[in-house]
Amino acid sequence: MRTVVTLLRKDLLLELRALETVPAMILFSIVTFVIFHFALNREAIDGQLAAGVLTATLLFASMLAINRLFVAEREQGGFDAFLLAPVERSALLVAKAAALCLFLVVLELIAVPAFDVLLLGPALGPALLGLIAVLALADVALAVIGTLVSAIAVHARAREVIGPVIGLPLLIPALIATARALGPLLAAHTTGTPPSRWIAFLGLYDLVFALLAYAVFDFLLED
Amino acid sequence: MGGQAPAIELRGLSRHFGERTALRNVSVRVAPGATLAVLGRNGAGKSTLLRILATLLRPHAGEVSVLGEPLPKRAFAVRGRLGLLGHEPLLYRDLTGRENLLYHARLHGLPAARVEEVLAAVQMERRAQEPVRLLSRGMVQRLAIGRVVLHRPELLLLDEPRANLDPGASELVEPLIGRRAGATRVLTSHDPKAALAEADLVLALAGGRVAFAGSPDQVSSQQLRELYA
Repeated sequence: MRTVVTLLRKDLLLELRALETVPAMILFSIVTFVIFHFALNREAIDGQLAAGVLTATLLFASMLAINRLFVAEREQGGFDAFLLAPVERSALLVAKAAALCLFLVVLELIAVPAFDVLLLGPALGPALLGLIAVLALADVALAVIGTLVSAIAVHARAREVIGPVIGLPLLIPALIATARALGPLLAAHTTGTPPSRWIAFLGLYDLVFALLAYAVFDFLLED
Repeated sequence: MGGQAPAIELRGLSRHFGERTALRNVSVRVAPGATLAVLGRNGAGKSTLLRILATLLRPHAGEVSVLGEPLPKRAFAVRGRLGLLGHEPLLYRDLTGRENLLYHARLHGLPAARVEEVLAAVQMERRAQEPVRLLSRGMVQRLAIGRVVLHRPELLLLDEPRANLDPGASELVEPLIGRRAGATRVLTSHDPKAALAEADLVLALAGGRVAFAGSPDQVSSQQLRELYA
């Protein structure tokens, strides 16, 4: 746990200093909402359409962070420094996934209100708690799978391509479950409760990939 | 010294990168506390050898034992007992010198006071609050040396350790990475005379093969000239 905190603190400090990832994700999301606003030629959207737009935008924005997750390690020797330390390698997986998860939370704190202002028809208030629960589960899926894919891509020559090419197909089930869970929440007369089967699906998906990532991560760092 | 268990023992070590052979059938024994100078032209396999000893690369053939532990099987037991100074300083450019060393200290379970000790030893206390990207190459090298010795490693793997250092700085780091440090050392250098002056044992590589292995007294200037021709 001490190692995870050390690695996470370093990643957050690097992002605070460089501001290279989160601002880009936020800007990307807001521009995408504006594009949807004009492309759909509608003042407001709701229900499943709104859920699809929000989920897809957050997913694509997360790709920016996934592609950059191990850049400092690759370009500044962070991998070697970490591998030379007498610590468990899985700590890097947990710390990177936690950092990515935090980046997504910061993104959503700004992107969701922006989505509400720019595109969403119904008031967000009644759906807020359900929305937070669904996005939290979606963030875990994005963070775990994103870290795994980023670790696979980092040693490859075409790493910017590999992230989306491997990551997006793996994230499709999570995308579907997130959008289906959000659809009723963003409808005009929502009960504020997300469909339990999609919540359970997302939870299970998170668990399976967390275990898978834990099992294979050490091998990804091997020579 | 001959009866002691070796700090490093290589038997028939080979390593390839695809079709290219980086090291072929390299054998050497280094006693605890001794200094091995690895000489050779660019691409001779010096850095590959250091990275194998540092557990960052796996050998493809042969036996490697470091600090009494067989590699790669017992790599975990060796990490934390060695320090690697490579071509890259392994420091984050957007973090300050102090933040970088604190990060490494935490990874090694060391107290923050040790960071201050090391910053003082490399005379970087006054510039320790500046991001590494703003420092000169010589200062970055001093910080990198600080990182390497932070956890008082038993084995120092030094790839051209005095690169970018002026004579004053070179003298400054002598107690940390020089013979006085007391650690077993493997060092590479593009200045063979300086490396030979520090070495107890010389390993000259040419195209990944051993061109010479023995005492510095046994290497003639002619052999060195041929090595670097």
